[in-house]
Order: sequence, then C-alpha cells, then structure tokens
Amino acid sequence: MSTTKPASVAGGTDRDALEPPTDNPLPPLMPQSIEELMAQALAMEREAVARYGELADMMETHNNPEVAALFRKMAGYEALHAERILADMGWVEDEPPLTGKPPSWLTAEAPETVPVEEMHYLMHPWHALQLALAAEQRAQEFFTRLAADAATDAIRRAAEEMRDEEAEHVELLQKWLAKVSPPGPDWAVDPDPPRYLD
Amino acid sequence: MNDMTLPPPFTAGDYKSDYKPIWCPGCGDYTVLGALTKAMALLQRPPHEVAVVSGIGCSSRIPAYTNCYGFHGVHGRALAAGTGLKMARPELTVVVAGGDGDGYSIGGNHFLHACRRNVDITYLVMDNHVYGMTKGQASPTTEPDWDNKLSPGGTGVRAFHPLVIALASGANFVARAFSGDPNGTAEIIAQAIRHPGFSFVEILSPCVTFRPEQRKWRDLVHPAPVAETDDPARAARRIMTDDGFNIGVLYAGSRTQYERARVASATLDEIEAEYAL
Repeated sequence: MSTTKPASVAGGTDRDALEPPTDNPLPPLMPQSIEELMAQALAMEREAVARYGELADMMETHNNPEVAALFRKMAGYEALHAERILADMGWVEDEPPLTGKPPSWLTAEAPETVPVEEMHYLMHPWHALQLALAAEQRAQEFFTRLAADAATDAIRRAAEEMRDEEAEHVELLQKWLAKVSPPGPDWAVDPDPPRYLD
Repeated sequence: MNDMTLPPPFTAGDYKSDYKPIWCPGCGDYTVLGALTKAMALLQRPPHEVAVVSGIGCSSRIPAYTNCYGFHGVHGRALAAGTGLKMARPELTVVVAGGDGDGYSIGGNHFLHACRRNVDITYLVMDNHVYGMTKGQASPTTEPDWDNKLSPGGTGVRAFHPLVIALASGANFVARAFSGDPNGTAEIIAQAIRHPGFSFVEILSPCVTFRPEQRKWRDLVHPAPVAETDDPARAARRIMTDDGFNIGVLYAGSRTQYERARVASATLDEIEAEYAL
C-alpha cells in the first residue's frame, strides 16, 4: 500500500505556496570522467567567447571602440583556449559526447561569463578588465572546487591543471590592469544623459 | 542577411541576423535574443518556418535581430497580428514578443483575448517594469512606490500581475524566466513552443538605464521549488503567493487549442443574403 498522501491532504496551502527557498541549493553533479570535465571546460570557454563577442558588439554600437576592442581581444583569447581543449581531447572533427548532465557550476551562467547587466555605455577599459579579471577568478575557483571534490585522481589532476591555467590568466589580467589607469569619479557623467532629470 | 534556407542541423547562430542590436549596453534583452535563438536550435525548426512578431518598444525590435520571418507591427497589436498569421499559416511556428508596456497596457485587451482564444502561439514578454524607449515612465508592472522624477513618490497604483491574468484568461502554459539565465530561458521557451495552445512566458529582463537597481534581480531569482502543475486552481494559488522571482514553468494545461474551421459552412452568397436589406 502506498504511503503517499493525496496532495490535498499532504500539501494544503503551504505546499502550494512559492516562498523563496531557504535551504542551500543541491550540490552539483561532479564530472565522472576526464571527458566530462573537459566538455564542461569547453562549454565554459565557448560561452565566454559568445558573451565577449556580444559585449564587443554592444560597445561598437554605442561608439566605445576602445572597450569594444578589448572585449574582442578577450573573445579571441577564449576562442584559443576552446581550440586547445578541442585539440588536446581529439575533438577537432567531432564534438564532445553529450552526457545530458547539467554542468557542475551553481550559477545560471558559466563562471567565466561576464554578466550582461554589468555593462555601461561609458565604461572604460579599466572596468572591462575588472570584469574579465572577476570572470577568470570565478573560473579558477570553479576548477579549485572540482579538484577538491574530484571523483578520481586523474580528474583531480586535470582539474588542477585547468585551475593553474586560470590562475595564469588571472595573473596576466592583473599585470594588464596595473598598466591601465582607473577612470576618474566622473566617468559616467554624460552631458546629454538618457535619463530624464529635469 | 543570412541564408534562411541553410541545411540542418541548425545552431543558435543560424537564427541571428547580421544586424547588431542597438539596445543599451547591459539590457537584459540581449540575452533574451540569445535564449530565443538557442531555443530555436533546440527545436531545430528551419528559420524560414518561424515568424517572430512584435509591437513597439525596445524589446519589440527583436524580430530584426533574428534570421526568421519578422513583423514589427503596431503598438500593442503584436498578438492580433501573430494570431492572424497563425490562423492563415498554421504550419509556421509563431513567436510573439514585446515588453510590459506594449503587452499589458497598450495591448492589454489583446493579451486577455489571446489567452482566452488559446491559439497555438508563444508570447514572450520582456518585462522590465518600465517604459524604456520613451525615457522611463511607470508601466503596468511598475511597483506602486517606485519614486522617480516622472512619478514622484510612485504612482500609488497596484502593479498588474501578468501571470495570474494569463492563467485566469485561459493561457495553456504559463512560465517565468530570467534574462540572466539564457540557457534556462532557452529551455523554457522551447517547452513553451512545444506546448499546444497559447503559451505565455514572462521574462524578467532588467533595464539598467532607467531601473539600475534591477541588476540585483540576478541575486533574487531562484528556481520554483515545486514542479509544474496542470491544475489551474493550484497554479493560481502558487502564482498568487509567490515572490515574483520564481523561475520555471508554473502551469502547463491541457486545454484544446483553437483550430480554425477547415470547411466553410455557408457560401458567400448565402451569407450576403442574410444581411440583404
């Protein structure tokens, strides 16, 4: 005999209410093979390529060529990373096998993806580099976590390798940032703003 | 313009046109466009078998940025155009898109009756709780206490609740998505298109220019903690009690979709005879 109660008995109004969840999200599924790990790394790089391309387009449209060029350059770097994964894994001709599993990151977008809503039409290269740096740091943290929770030693070593690569990118961006002056406090002042302020 | 008759398999890029969007940097509509094209790739519908229909507003520019057939119509009348198109060309996948002002205010009556008719189309509303294109006036979904120069102290008017209205009016599929989750939004859009009848997807899409505080939506949204239901009473209770940030399919019903009569029941002469003076 089933012990499951009808929803009307077990649930009631409280069950139907959509209150914000108070518990922590479920732990993500960890990759169970090198192929799964690298497929996730590839998906992350490809998402970053696409997003940097979108951000560059936005900035070109809004006549901010300096930041557009920087985002375009970042898209190029991420594309190189994706190509290297494809080459290393022998996936140049064939796409990685589809596992049907969700990715191991907890966020809606991959860790290396810059959120669209962080853009500003008057942003400076310094802002763009800060966003890129934060993205690389999130990627580094992601692989650190995967290495710590790896299912096998081989996966752990591969995750550590990815983590170290992301750490190199973090370092490169920090050096790049050191050469770029932060903008003044009035960087967002527009004499003809889109907002109605009168 | 890209080739609309490319052979499958289709990638998301195959559904994008060569025109670069001119939305404000940071606008959520960019990723809704990405989600729509990803959804089309999931469904593998050839671009020339898809029509994207819109009204007026920032988000209503979306048809031009796709490689599908597009119709950028009159303010608030996108659902009327989309419904007519689906009736005339039922083999097409018809996606109607727009914003909260276009859909809930200027087109509010069309919204009610599109839900009621239950024609097999999908309606995507990019809701940013503001009229962005006309410089930031309060829209139907603006919070009553949103204080700004154009409505000091807020409008004091209760916000429209589109999901409840859609459900009560007969929409067969009701979901909420978030532009900051383009992959999740793509899956919801694909599910909405697959579902027969009128499918309504409310997409929270921040306007960072006039509502910069909406950047925090990324921290507020969360997956709906319950599975979808086909019971409208249960769905209504859920939607009425939620915090406005539950993401997911909230109702997937089983109403029979509207189909046009295939055979005329009278000749034109017979109809004219009835109205002869």
